[in-house]
Amino acid sequence: MAIVVEARKMTLAERLYLPAVIKGMLLTLAHLFKKKVTMQYPEVQKVLPPGYRGAHRLNKDEQDRVKCVACEMCAVACPADCITIEGMETGWSDREKIPRTFQIDMLRCIFCGMCVEACPEDAIDMTDNIELVATTREEMIWDRERLLKNFDDTRDQQGTLGQVLRKSRKPFTRPRGDQLPGPSGPGGH
Amino acid sequence: MVLDPMILEGAVALVKIGILLGVVFTTVAYLTFMERRVSALIQDRLGPNRVGPMGLLQPLADGIKFMWKEEFIPANADRILFAIAPAMILVPALLIFAVIPVGGEVTIPAFTLFGLQFQEFTTTLQIIDLNVGILYVLGMTSIAVYGIALGGWSANNKFTLLGGIRSSAQMISYELSLGLSIVGILMLTGSLQMSQIVAAQDGFLDWFIFRQPLAFLIFVIAAFAENNRLPFDLVECEQELVGGFHTEYSSMRFSMFMIAEYASMIAASALMATLFFGGWHMPFEDQVGPGLVTLYQVAGFLLKTGFFLFVYIWVRWSLPRFRYDQLMAIGWKVLLPLALLNVVITGIWMLV
Repeated sequence: MAIVVEARKMTLAERLYLPAVIKGMLLTLAHLFKKKVTMQYPEVQKVLPPGYRGAHRLNKDEQDRVKCVACEMCAVACPADCITIEGMETGWSDREKIPRTFQIDMLRCIFCGMCVEACPEDAIDMTDNIELVATTREEMIWDRERLLKNFDDTRDQQGTLGQVLRKSRKPFTRPRGDQLPGPSGPGGH
Repeated sequence: MVLDPMILEGAVALVKIGILLGVVFTTVAYLTFMERRVSALIQDRLGPNRVGPMGLLQPLADGIKFMWKEEFIPANADRILFAIAPAMILVPALLIFAVIPVGGEVTIPAFTLFGLQFQEFTTTLQIIDLNVGILYVLGMTSIAVYGIALGGWSANNKFTLLGGIRSSAQMISYELSLGLSIVGILMLTGSLQMSQIVAAQDGFLDWFIFRQPLAFLIFVIAAFAENNRLPFDLVECEQELVGGFHTEYSSMRFSMFMIAEYASMIAASALMATLFFGGWHMPFEDQVGPGLVTLYQVAGFLLKTGFFLFVYIWVRWSLPRFRYDQLMAIGWKVLLPLALLNVVITGIWMLV
């Protein structure tokens, strides 16, 4: 059933509108002197929260070598398909493979951070560097050297996405219902 | 060589016109800046503050940008009307300033310039003191509507046409209340001359705001409507008419519309100061030294005008726009009867 809402009769003061007008103008006048929300950007930099998903970097190990093992887990995880990796053999004792090229197309990247989550070596990371400006498309494709340079630039940063994820990472558990085949499984196959 | 008095008078008038135009155009430029800064502050932002110290060169940057923009004329536009419409708004807005008294009489001592001897002369800080001053002002404000209506018509676009039509209807409705609200003042001063109206507000308590408060309210509301400023900017109405009459305009022609809008705002503010707030008369005039009194009065007049300009911007960011039927209802059913009532009350008051 429809409800009939009766409009309340306005009083004379309300019908004059002037009290309301003055009230509204006083409100805007008060805002004139309030603290402004504008941040004077280049001079004042925003403090970004830990785990912020800014520009990527390729982490280096203690011997200043690239940590990445070119497993392409990040490239597979990437929903925007913006990571291109080409591996090469190292001849090192501790690792067989490192990337020869490692390209991230920053114009394609959606900054979801799934590459960082996927990385088994904590080699790719995201920093709070948000000044990703270039005048050509080519400049926006970051290669291995650019990504390693970003590591040098942001070496001291605390709370990169990788660090935050490592802290909260749970031990690996299988998805529910996905049983290992074997005699111990209930029912069996 | 001693100058002929006639030539001297002409030269003085030309100098006054030059100074006034310079002041008005500079004020227009900085009014756009003030509008942007004040609106930003009201919205808790900072506004343009990068060009020059505190952003003070922003109007210059805006002007340069306007000049480099493409001048676009729609294919089916009436080219001649389209071209002259901005000037048809700007010129009447500037002409209003001719009768506004900025200050009292000043006497300039004899001096020599470029080998010409100027005698001592006395002049008022007003370009011309027409004996039909107020009628002239009302006439000029009504002419401005032609520019808007023709600009809207000539662009051959339905949005601009709607803006133009609204403008003409709105102007006619509010012109009446505007004129009638001043009638009370005319009855009290017995003159249409601007200098007489200012002279009638000699003392602080003689200011017409105290004697004609209702008329002031009507005048302010009608003036807002005349200038197409919020809450009466149905002519422009960017949300529904995409800018109204100036939708199709670009580049310097568009900026001419803007200059005209701001110039008429300044004119209306100066009128409010002149008609209701004592013109260039200020309280405590006698206590200021004789050399400084004119300066004090002119500064006072500019301050009053500036305050009303601020009110224009302040109101713009406080009140929402009226609907078209509400606009008409207020104009005809509220303001017009109130203005007539004000005339009657003034008449009774004068008789008693």
